[in-house]
Amino acid sequence: MKKLLFGNEAIALAALHVGINLGSGYPGTPSTEILEYFSEFGGKAQWCPNEKVALEVGIGVAYAGGKSLVTMKHVGLNVASDPLFTVAYTGVAGALVIVSADDPDMHSSQNEQDNRNYARAAGVMMLEPCDSQECYNFLIEAVRLSHEWGLPVILRPTTRVCHSKSIVEFEEKGYSPVFPEQYQPDKPGRVMIPAYARIAHRRLREKLAKIKEWNNTSNLNEEIIKSQDLGIITSGVSYLHVLEAEPNASVLKIGMSYPFPSEKVCSFTQKHKRCIVIEEGDPYLVENCRYYNIPVDEKPEMYRFGELNVVRVRRILQGITTPEPPIIRGKPPRLCDGCPHRATFTVLAKLNCIVAGDIGCYTLSVLPPFQSTDTCVCMGASIGVGLGLRHTLPPEEAKRVVSVIGDSTFIHSGIPGVIEMVYNPPSTGHVIIVLDNGTTAMTGMQEHPGTGRTLDHKPTNQVKIEDVAKALCVENVVVTERISDFQRELLPALENGKTNLIVMRKTCALAKKKIEKFEEKRLEGETCDAATT
Amino acid sequence: MQQQHNVTNVILAGIGGTGVILSSNILADAAFYAAYDVRKSEIHGMSQRGGSVSSDVRFGNKVYSPMVPDEEGDYLVLIHPDELENNLYRMKKDAIIIDISLIVGESKDLNLLKTDNYNPVNQKNFNVCLLGALSNYLDIPYDCWQKAIFSNLPKKVHEQNKGVFEYGIKLKESVKQKA
Repeated sequence: MKKLLFGNEAIALAALHVGINLGSGYPGTPSTEILEYFSEFGGKAQWCPNEKVALEVGIGVAYAGGKSLVTMKHVGLNVASDPLFTVAYTGVAGALVIVSADDPDMHSSQNEQDNRNYARAAGVMMLEPCDSQECYNFLIEAVRLSHEWGLPVILRPTTRVCHSKSIVEFEEKGYSPVFPEQYQPDKPGRVMIPAYARIAHRRLREKLAKIKEWNNTSNLNEEIIKSQDLGIITSGVSYLHVLEAEPNASVLKIGMSYPFPSEKVCSFTQKHKRCIVIEEGDPYLVENCRYYNIPVDEKPEMYRFGELNVVRVRRILQGITTPEPPIIRGKPPRLCDGCPHRATFTVLAKLNCIVAGDIGCYTLSVLPPFQSTDTCVCMGASIGVGLGLRHTLPPEEAKRVVSVIGDSTFIHSGIPGVIEMVYNPPSTGHVIIVLDNGTTAMTGMQEHPGTGRTLDHKPTNQVKIEDVAKALCVENVVVTERISDFQRELLPALENGKTNLIVMRKTCALAKKKIEKFEEKRLEGETCDAATT
Repeated sequence: MQQQHNVTNVILAGIGGTGVILSSNILADAAFYAAYDVRKSEIHGMSQRGGSVSSDVRFGNKVYSPMVPDEEGDYLVLIHPDELENNLYRMKKDAIIIDISLIVGESKDLNLLKTDNYNPVNQKNFNVCLLGALSNYLDIPYDCWQKAIFSNLPKKVHEQNKGVFEYGIKLKESVKQKA
């Protein structure tokens, strides 16, 4: 069977065919569609409040003996890094594959961190697919490796791999998820008290040494010998740019970049007069080569930034370091016509608020005509940053500070910030504004615990933001739906010296119709239930 | 520097929500049904919010990079006329540009499609019309196009879009070149 698939689609199809028990994750470009496709294909998938919880759920699935797929964007792995480092020690019984979708050039991200560094730091196997076929093959291989070695595996596609289509050949037969009959305990293996963790760390390093040995001969790393003069060492989508840019060179494509197959790389370099590493992002492969004293050339620093492409690879190979022509990016994204955030930010700009902002469509309010967001660091940071500003600025300035956060971001990592506000209130008080548009809009309108619907839009329990705030003892909690009410509530809250949380609730203009349909279905379901009881 | 032979490079460009992704899916599928190697690449995410969106579709005997290298674009399909300047630098000197002026003339006024004058072409489906115009230049059989249009659109608009595509095929005469 042959199909033209997106990388994300190929990962989802492989997950279905390999019998993943549960896919868990948090939406984030460019990873979002993986779980949506998986659910559409018939797999069981769910959005979690954040990536840390998603990974913890995945760990539980794999401890129970199931096969788990956990998906997130690169910065999501920062949130999930706490469980990541320790599940490397405990290992897993079934299989645990984490997809970290990196975003070189920050097409839709706040940084372009290279998550290959996480594999090395945590001691977790890492596979780097270059296209949809490899997304399919490598996901299946990752599940196999995870089960065989009893360790987690990270699959690292990048934006160009996730959001590119190419042909995938596959067999249509698949495996259904297998559910274990009972729990198989392993207390010394899974309870990381220091005494057990010391043993676990040594066990991990021993396994990694063996995997490294295996990786030196594994067919995940592909060698094409064409020349004795030039050899190119590469990984991920850069491999495809290399094949096009320099068809006469030999190529070593690293499919498993951690543990680093140093002997394989060393023997490749010995076959060539000159070897150069072509890799996107950080000099990860280069640094590994340096560690093992493998002589390779590297790209000039200017190519660390952004994505590689055929033209840039040609320039690197020719040693060109003159300034590149600027990338023409066209019109920047903006808040949609009819977006409810527009009115809110107009008010905040008019009141001259200092806005500690957050991650979501509303970050776009930093651009004209609003120019009203002052800070944006990471998911949930608006609240802590806003509090810090209030603690430090003189009272008249402090009273202008508000924290602005979206509904999905609030659930993701805003709640500990609310607790901080209640526990350590600034002397001028504080105002948190939750922009509740009823969806995770920026990543393409995904559900979250606040919508009361699951990933596949079925009704479930709903977490109400205002109830959470009240339960956390915020002094003044109000919900507004009209902009005039919002402004009326905001003005005194800025000055009242209390802890305030204002929910500005208005549905995303793009999601509105869809949400109405889902809610109609819910009502139909409730009527049916009432009729049968 | 050796270029890839026998690869056709098409760039489709517009604004988020205007059908860039849909039309590039149709083109990529049509090339796939015609048994070519195909790669397609695009950037979406935040670009949904009214920003520039473009999609690269490449097909031939063997395609490597999913992105059309700068100055190697053969065809530029403009789904929004404002996107011309942003994409010209990516095209070959003799590239062919297919845009809304084929349908409504030099004014490039999308609002003209609100009238019945271009029936069955309208503001929603004119991207399929542009694909029809493009199809005159590509070695992709008609039935592959039809299959691709049908597999990407809901059944109730199949016949209409077939008509729109055929309307586009007849627009060949007025296509112009970059130079």
